[in-house]
Amino acid sequence: MVELTIDGRAVSVAPGTSILEAAASVGVDIPALCYDKTLTTFGACRLCSVEIEGRANLAAACSTPVADGLVVLTESDTVVDARRTVLDLLLSDHPQDCLICEKAGDCLLQEYCYRYGVEHTSFVKGATKNFELDDDNHLIQRDQNKCILCGKCVRVCHEVQATNAVDFAGRGFESTVTTSFDHPLNKDFCRFCGQCVDLCPTGALVNKQLKGTRTWERQKVRTTCPFCGVGCNFDLNVHEGKVVGVTANYDAPVNAGSLCVKGRFHTDLIDSPDRITTPLIKRDGVFEPASWDEALDLVASRLLEIKQSDGPDAIAVLSSARCTNEENYLLQRLTRAGLNTNSIDHCART
Amino acid sequence: MAGLAATLGSGAMTNSIGEIEFNEVLFTIGSNAPEAHPIIGNKMKAAAQRGAKLIVVDPRRTELADNAHLWLRLKPGTDNALVNGLLYLIIGNGWHDKAYIDERCEGYDDLWKVVQEYPPERVAQITGVPVEQIHAAAELYARTPKAGIFYTLGITEHTTGTANVMNLANLAMVTGHIGVENAGVNPLRGQNNVQGSCDMGALPNSLPGYPSVNDPEARARFSEAYGVLMPEKMGLRIPEMLDMAVYGKLKAMFVMGEDPALTDADANHVRKALGSLDFLVAQNLFMTETAKYADVFLPAACYAEKDGTFTNTERRVQRVRKAVEPPGECRADWEIIADLSCRLGHEMHYESAEEIFDEMRTLVPSYAGITYERIDKVGLQWPCPDVEHPGTKFLHAAGFTRGKGLLQGIEYEAPAELCSDEYPILLSTGRMLYHYNIMTRHSANLESLRPHELAQINPADAQRLDLGEGDTVRVSSRRGSITTRVTVTDVVPPGVVFMTFHYKESPVNELTNAAFDPVTKTAEFKVCAVRIEKAPESELVSAAPAV
Ligand code: SF4
Ligand code: SF4
Repeated sequence: MVELTIDGRAVSVAPGTSILEAAASVGVDIPALCYDKTLTTFGACRLCSVEIEGRANLAAACSTPVADGLVVLTESDTVVDARRTVLDLLLSDHPQDCLICEKAGDCLLQEYCYRYGVEHTSFVKGATKNFELDDDNHLIQRDQNKCILCGKCVRVCHEVQATNAVDFAGRGFESTVTTSFDHPLNKDFCRFCGQCVDLCPTGALVNKQLKGTRTWERQKVRTTCPFCGVGCNFDLNVHEGKVVGVTANYDAPVNAGSLCVKGRFHTDLIDSPDRITTPLIKRDGVFEPASWDEALDLVASRLLEIKQSDGPDAIAVLSSARCTNEENYLLQRLTRAGLNTNSIDHCART
Repeated sequence: MAGLAATLGSGAMTNSIGEIEFNEVLFTIGSNAPEAHPIIGNKMKAAAQRGAKLIVVDPRRTELADNAHLWLRLKPGTDNALVNGLLYLIIGNGWHDKAYIDERCEGYDDLWKVVQEYPPERVAQITGVPVEQIHAAAELYARTPKAGIFYTLGITEHTTGTANVMNLANLAMVTGHIGVENAGVNPLRGQNNVQGSCDMGALPNSLPGYPSVNDPEARARFSEAYGVLMPEKMGLRIPEMLDMAVYGKLKAMFVMGEDPALTDADANHVRKALGSLDFLVAQNLFMTETAKYADVFLPAACYAEKDGTFTNTERRVQRVRKAVEPPGECRADWEIIADLSCRLGHEMHYESAEEIFDEMRTLVPSYAGITYERIDKVGLQWPCPDVEHPGTKFLHAAGFTRGKGLLQGIEYEAPAELCSDEYPILLSTGRMLYHYNIMTRHSANLESLRPHELAQINPADAQRLDLGEGDTVRVSSRRGSITTRVTVTDVVPPGVVFMTFHYKESPVNELTNAAFDPVTKTAEFKVCAVRIEKAPESELVSAAPAV
């Protein structure tokens, strides 16, 4: 183990740990825009700069490994000054429309400006970016004017989604994150998993499903995806009694925050107008609405009649690999104990 | 999962999803994970990017094939011949694990008797895979300790599906690749809770937890718990139900959450069966093709409107939570079942899904240690026999569930339906990324990405038939005929078209073959012979706008 001191606290961590992770392990939060614990380290934003006693230059905490005896200061005056400068620079070409930005309340740039008291940029009227909004698809909106080039989307798309839909292009002020040939995001190269949106610290990438609701207004309910056998976990986002979308859950055991397009963007089907919302009984070939009592009494009496006249094996039950364990269990109980037959099966036995 | 249950004593994925990233070899057969199991697909591709070797056996040049170290493009339906060829080379070259076989398996001689008839030259001829590739795959798989097999519907949806699975188990046992970490035989299950619904006994031959309905001890246990004598007679499997309905012997069906009229092979036959019933009940979210035949429709709550658990493909039991109220008068499936059961004279009273789970776990030993409290955040993998047990990451560590692993020689049998002059093209069916069965068609979001079927056809066939991108064709088999648009791509080899089963406007199961695997009664979805003709666009069945 390596022993060091962070903000006066003794810390002991495994060799190879970064200063940022070591600090996190004792509850010291070092701000960072381009760092994410699930991705490779990029060391680009410089916001995580810290002071190390005896060294002339500030060090990037995300990419500097711990060493025995280091004395680290994470919020010294020098450090705070440096962070203010970084934020000031980022703001200089960032659209300042926080009042109506979808990301407000959930934006790291906003949070850190607040934390370090950076009210506005001190660079008067520099050049501003002027990218066209990519709003071509139904699911994800891209506003490169709000991109701070942290590269999280590029890395997650490559390292976790193994897809490579987006990458850096250009240099200096011209540099940007874009798709091949600058095409709008589309399914020829993007899987619409939405994980880049999840990791984007600013409003550059927006989940269009969640537009119109604020992050603090949404309750989150953790659940398991119903669309394939992988069993990803995610949080359903509920607003005024409706499911408005999905956000990732990074401590999920199977998927650790990753989702595919179905898990991420399916929730409009919950409110589909195609849902049937009342029991129906067919009379003269036409379905007519009925009460639960009418419908269930009819089902019970017809099944009992048939069981009486033709025996229990004249009745069969199909259960569903989409329903819960509890429901499958209960339906087999009904079939075996209530109808006295073993004729229960489901469509996807394979 | 009959194949794995017969050979190993348990029909589930032997290893865990989290292990995939640390495998050195991933042998995938009949599985296009990036489309059907996207997060597993990501892990496989990421493993390959990091240097793990991917062996992909698939007639299609899938995304996984593009990432493969070895891509074995076999002819559809010849999987078993290929696996026999691999076994021949592995045993012939002494790459098998003798000690493991002696200690843990039985039936080796029987296996060799069959396998010795499959020298690589013969296998190459049957499968179309060059001898060198078969050789390379056999050596790489057998001689890498951390080598896992992954398969999905591709290999089970054949008339020989059960045999295919047993042969994969042969491959893994002979090389000592079961009962260790980062290896195993891993079925990737399609629907979210196939594993769970099998575990829960929604099967005609077994009670919850897999004791056979013929097992008197198990029947007695359940009879006592339910206060009713359990029926002894083996129940009907789906294809038998449908046949019996057509013969007039089956009078009534209760269908919860499924749509066999769209998702089962030979849709004509299914519709005929449903139409022959005296009484049909459908319990669903939507007016499905099956529900249209119903006498009574019971509106159910969707997964976001109820509590419960799903068991994923790695046996992990996880929570489903109610986030919102169901619309209108919809009720959770379990509430409807309990209510109906009372009216049938079998009393059921539950306050919550958790109460049902707690009843179940007293009857199913592998779930006994799982409680809602324990899986509040992170699910547990069965077997989990008591509340102190941490769950089981990989199976068969100490020995096989059935005692000794059963090696069985499996002869190759050609697909049930072969091409002819009249039906010269092989149709293969499967899943794709943007949709899940049919339900996701009700999401305008997902529908926006792929609103209609696009049958994949090889450029050579397209040229012969004078077809361009997006053109309309009529696809006909011995059973039916449908229309679809095509996309011209070398993802499929010449002579093969690929379609999904997500679109009711292009209902591919009008075409598929209901010839069944003798054990699981799974239909031969994967391969059927068709004819393709160019058709005017006006013949396309138009989709109702999604929402
Ligand atoms: S949505 Fe997924 S695939 Fe598309 S760019 Fe973002 S991370 Fe990549
Ligand atoms: S998010 Fe995608 S990969 Fe994950 S369980 Fe749902 S459908 Fe499967």
